[in-house]
Amino acid sequence: MGLLSDPNRRRALINLLTRLNAPICVVCYMAGVAWFMGLAFEPFTLRTYMSENAMGSTMVEERFPSGERAVATGREFAAHKKKVSGMPVEWLVKTMQARGLEVYTQRFSRTLPFPDENKERYMVKGTNVYGILRAPRAPRTEALVLSAPCTPGDNNNQAVGLLLGLAQYFRNQIYWAKDIIFLVNDHDLIGMQAWLEGYHHTNTTGMDWSPLQGRGGSIQAALSLELSSDVVTSMDLVLEGLNGQLPNLDLANLFYAFCQKIGVLCTIQGKLQRNDWDSVSGYSHAVQTMMLMVMKQASGRPWGDHGLFLRYHIEAATIKGINSFRQYKTDATTIGRLLEGMYRKLNNLLERLHQSYFFYLMPSLSHFVSIGYYMPAFGLLAVILLLRALDLWVQLATPPPTTEDGIADIEQSSPGVLSVLTPLVISHLTGAALYMLPIRFQEMAVEHFPVSETEAVVLTAIAVYTAGLALPHNTHRLLSGEGTEQGWRVLKLVALLYLAVLLGCTALINFSLGFILALTLVPGAAFVTPHVPKVLSAFVLVILSPACTLLFSVFFFQELQEMPVSFLDGWLLYLSVISQGILDHFLYGSLVYPLIALLVYPCWLLFWNILFWK
Amino acid sequence: MAAHRSCRPVWLFILCSFSLFIIAGSQETTVAPEQHASVLDNPQTAAETAEQTAGESGGVEERRWEGTEVRDAAAQKQAEPAVLQPTPQPKDDFQEELVVRPLHSGDIYASFQFRTLWETDFMRGNKVSHYRLFPKSLGQVISKFSVRELHISFTQGYWRTMQWGQPYLPSPPGAELWVWFQDSVTDVDATWKELTNVLSGIFCASLNFIDSTNTVQPSASFKPLGIGNVTDHRFLRYATLPREIVCTENLTPWKKLLPCGSKAGLAVLLKSEKLFHSSFHSQAVHIRPVCQDWQCKTTSWELRQTLNVVFDLHNSGQGKREWSLFKMFSRTLTEACPLASSSKIYIDITDNPEGEQFELSPATSLLSQAMVLGDRRTFSVYDLTQQDTFGSVRSLNLLIRWKSTEGDMLRPLLHAERYVAGYGLQTGEIHTLMYNHHPYRSFPVLQLDSVPWYLRLYIHTLTVTSKGKDNKPSYIHYQPSKDRVRPHLLEMLVQLPPNSVTEVTVQFERALLKWTEYTPDPNHGFYVGSSVISSLVPSTVAMDTNSTRERPLFSSFFPCKEESSYFVRVYTEPLLVNLPTPDFSMPYNVICLTCTVVAVGYGSLYNLLTRSFQIEEPSPGLAKRIANVIRKMRGVPPL
Repeated sequence: MGLLSDPNRRRALINLLTRLNAPICVVCYMAGVAWFMGLAFEPFTLRTYMSENAMGSTMVEERFPSGERAVATGREFAAHKKKVSGMPVEWLVKTMQARGLEVYTQRFSRTLPFPDENKERYMVKGTNVYGILRAPRAPRTEALVLSAPCTPGDNNNQAVGLLLGLAQYFRNQIYWAKDIIFLVNDHDLIGMQAWLEGYHHTNTTGMDWSPLQGRGGSIQAALSLELSSDVVTSMDLVLEGLNGQLPNLDLANLFYAFCQKIGVLCTIQGKLQRNDWDSVSGYSHAVQTMMLMVMKQASGRPWGDHGLFLRYHIEAATIKGINSFRQYKTDATTIGRLLEGMYRKLNNLLERLHQSYFFYLMPSLSHFVSIGYYMPAFGLLAVILLLRALDLWVQLATPPPTTEDGIADIEQSSPGVLSVLTPLVISHLTGAALYMLPIRFQEMAVEHFPVSETEAVVLTAIAVYTAGLALPHNTHRLLSGEGTEQGWRVLKLVALLYLAVLLGCTALINFSLGFILALTLVPGAAFVTPHVPKVLSAFVLVILSPACTLLFSVFFFQELQEMPVSFLDGWLLYLSVISQGILDHFLYGSLVYPLIALLVYPCWLLFWNILFWK
Repeated sequence: MAAHRSCRPVWLFILCSFSLFIIAGSQETTVAPEQHASVLDNPQTAAETAEQTAGESGGVEERRWEGTEVRDAAAQKQAEPAVLQPTPQPKDDFQEELVVRPLHSGDIYASFQFRTLWETDFMRGNKVSHYRLFPKSLGQVISKFSVRELHISFTQGYWRTMQWGQPYLPSPPGAELWVWFQDSVTDVDATWKELTNVLSGIFCASLNFIDSTNTVQPSASFKPLGIGNVTDHRFLRYATLPREIVCTENLTPWKKLLPCGSKAGLAVLLKSEKLFHSSFHSQAVHIRPVCQDWQCKTTSWELRQTLNVVFDLHNSGQGKREWSLFKMFSRTLTEACPLASSSKIYIDITDNPEGEQFELSPATSLLSQAMVLGDRRTFSVYDLTQQDTFGSVRSLNLLIRWKSTEGDMLRPLLHAERYVAGYGLQTGEIHTLMYNHHPYRSFPVLQLDSVPWYLRLYIHTLTVTSKGKDNKPSYIHYQPSKDRVRPHLLEMLVQLPPNSVTEVTVQFERALLKWTEYTPDPNHGFYVGSSVISSLVPSTVAMDTNSTRERPLFSSFFPCKEESSYFVRVYTEPLLVNLPTPDFSMPYNVICLTCTVVAVGYGSLYNLLTRSFQIEEPSPGLAKRIANVIRKMRGVPPL
């Protein structure tokens, strides 16, 4: 630290940083991207291992015998579902009671802020049915949850059948130490949200639900089951939850361990693991898997019914049965045994799952990247902002070279608080408008334009967003006099630090979102000044804006899933993604939409403002 | 309460005189002094003991209960062959009984009670040294610590009121201990501390973890059950250990307290491998002073050991819906305990008058009726002191074969549940729900909550609501906690409106403990003991408007006071609450990080702040130095 206390060397260092600022920034950016791409390379990642002692060394046997009967129950369920065209509540109650469970129901209703066109619902009314298997000689303090959504159509009947089959088998066992709650939730995530809010007696989203009658204490772990065919080729694990939260890695390890033991093909992001990490195709496979996880996590939406448990500090994952055209098939008995094994191990838990990682990325099911490995990639991007800020700070601090007369100095050295504050306030007001207006004005928009409510909301959002681009002109009308050279420097300094803090906080909570935003926002933020060519820069800045980032992400995601779309389809998908994002916020409390609207977009507007500084 | 107490002898008197009238009429000559022991009276009233002794002195007997009934008179004719003369009371007396209740859900409830009575006085100066039936270890505890009443229970599991109805003896999950000391004790806290440690040794349990942080002095919820009018709650201590695990190691010392051990009598059934293969297991010891005779001039000590167990139909069913003694306990009965003055098995057949629910074999003609928990129950009685009970095979293996399928949930009149609401690790809310399922009567309940200090209750957020309206408790006793010294104590008297749910909510903040105060498994969570709800509940008999069909008309116009309410204690579930927990698995990382931050960050800052900066003179060149040396030698000032 002698470096900083020695004024000479400090000056030398600062000189170096300011002189080489641009090259260092470019190098940092490249290094950040390279580091990130390197994360998927297998020799750089860690193998997963079971950290939890209670689940590691204990041996359990899987004996679930009645897969066939479970499939038959599933068919019966399907028949009853078709008959009442919805959730067959009475049949479920009777069936669960016959299996010796304590059965309760919960009614709920929710009116969406605007119609959901993907799932075709607006006013939702439903009933959750759940049965509690009381553990013998346990005082109702701990519970595990197994849930299966009751989805419309022919989907997921086998999951309910298997759930009931497991309930029957589990009921006759003596070894349970935690109550097991078997839940069939109506209207997938909305039902799950209602049940969880009822169970914990909270109300975060303004839903109507009837209070729960029976409880099992604090829930330790939960699995959600999705199964739509009698046989499957592989089981897929879904981890990404609300706001990019992930369950403890031990839950993934547990799934992987049992798939290995029982001999079931297991995938993550629908991708099998490959052994040829040293080949190019093997590496790109790992990158694809990891990028899919990053995209899903960044979206901040729950990718399965498990996603809502994570808010309540309940470790949860969704297990999906996939039936593709492979030769190797797995029947319901084997899936039942897989679940039995997992539940027996979870039953053995003495503490909540806490030993393993909560922040990780998975390039394959057997390898993971921990927070210590992926954070430097983000750090390298974020340091660019700090370097640019340092550069500006130095420029502001050094007295400008005295010109022939001293008049210019006096004018330049008074950038005034107002010239910084005004753009800040106006851009945030625009952000607030982007957050509020789409929902508020949907009725008015529907009256005046030939669009549906959902389209009205999305188009209003896009309109507000675009209108924000006119901000620089409005700002200057409010400002007295011309913007000064010092003025935009101060504004940019503030904006850079603001963006750095914003991205840093986002990356801590949801790394993927923070990284993707940094990837696009940082270059624009770094190069923009009023002196660059206007038209070209404006184009680049718009391309790198949050909305375009989202558009590219949609195409990129489709590409990763090997389902490329045409531009028109992509555009429609983009519109529906926006409406889903807004719905996620109002239905489940996802924070991505307010984050973008209230913070990221205003911050980007500041840089837009600097570009058009006069 | 007072009315209740006073009306009981009146009722007994009416009953006795009425039955004498009937017997005289039916020309019956033999009178069996059958002990009416299965009655589980309101434990709160001291009058219960008076009734008990009245029963011993030839008062209430089985057939007289029958006598009031019109229906069972014929069945009663051939019962009771034995005639015992009223023998002089032995100085000590031992009784054992087993009550089996086939439950609504298809499960089966077995309740053992062993009672030892001893006419002695531990408290007087002379030391009691000769013990016969009463266990010496407990006798010494009573005299050494001046205990007036002692109640201890160990329970594994939670009693499911909604499926099983009310238990004969309620107990919370884990261990519960409450003791009334004699008013001669000067330092109650020290005595209590010593007593818990001694009991810990006797019962092989972790009762030594009872200290001031989980002990409370309830002001109203726990009254003495024996005789004596002192209700100064300074002499009462109550503590629960919700985390206590009950297993064989606790059962063995409990069995050793029995006069016959587990060698003979009903206790041969108590095999741990079966008792712990069940849905619910609870064992208890109750010691209290009771009246010796009707006038209650002298007292004797009663030791009641109880063991309750519920067997699960599904776990041991193997497809067959039947129960037998052998299947439940893997033993059959061959004899009574030779030391016991009475040894009986009661099977509750109230729900099964015509044998349509289940089939009982071998059949018995001996019937008994009792008021249990506000309901008139009928029992089949097997007297183990009679040889013919065991039949020709010399062993008794009761068999219950279910005929009907299992039923729906029950609606017990009083029932309670509790849970923690909210999410996150900063605050939370405790919700207690109390259900009154009575169609038209409201009744008051006393709620007792003892919450550890690390949940800091915000008592100003306490709300009691029933049917959407604020329900103001008529009595609140609140003692705030002191960190690391004593828990919160909250007692309330709440009136439950008919057919309603009353919700009590209070918010709390989770404290951050010192790092040495965490348990070895901090991420499991911390337990909060059950809340205790005590109440006088209107009885179901009084509720039954059709009862005129079964009873003589003249007996049923005014609702009978004795049957009009009964005492119930309900325990809610314990809570498991997570506290903010540091990551204990990374002390090394934390230490390294902290040291680095201190060394690098603070060190350099300190350096910058304290160092004084000076412009350093550039050192003179070689030529200049030589010149200076020469100048010095010459005696002129240097350059």
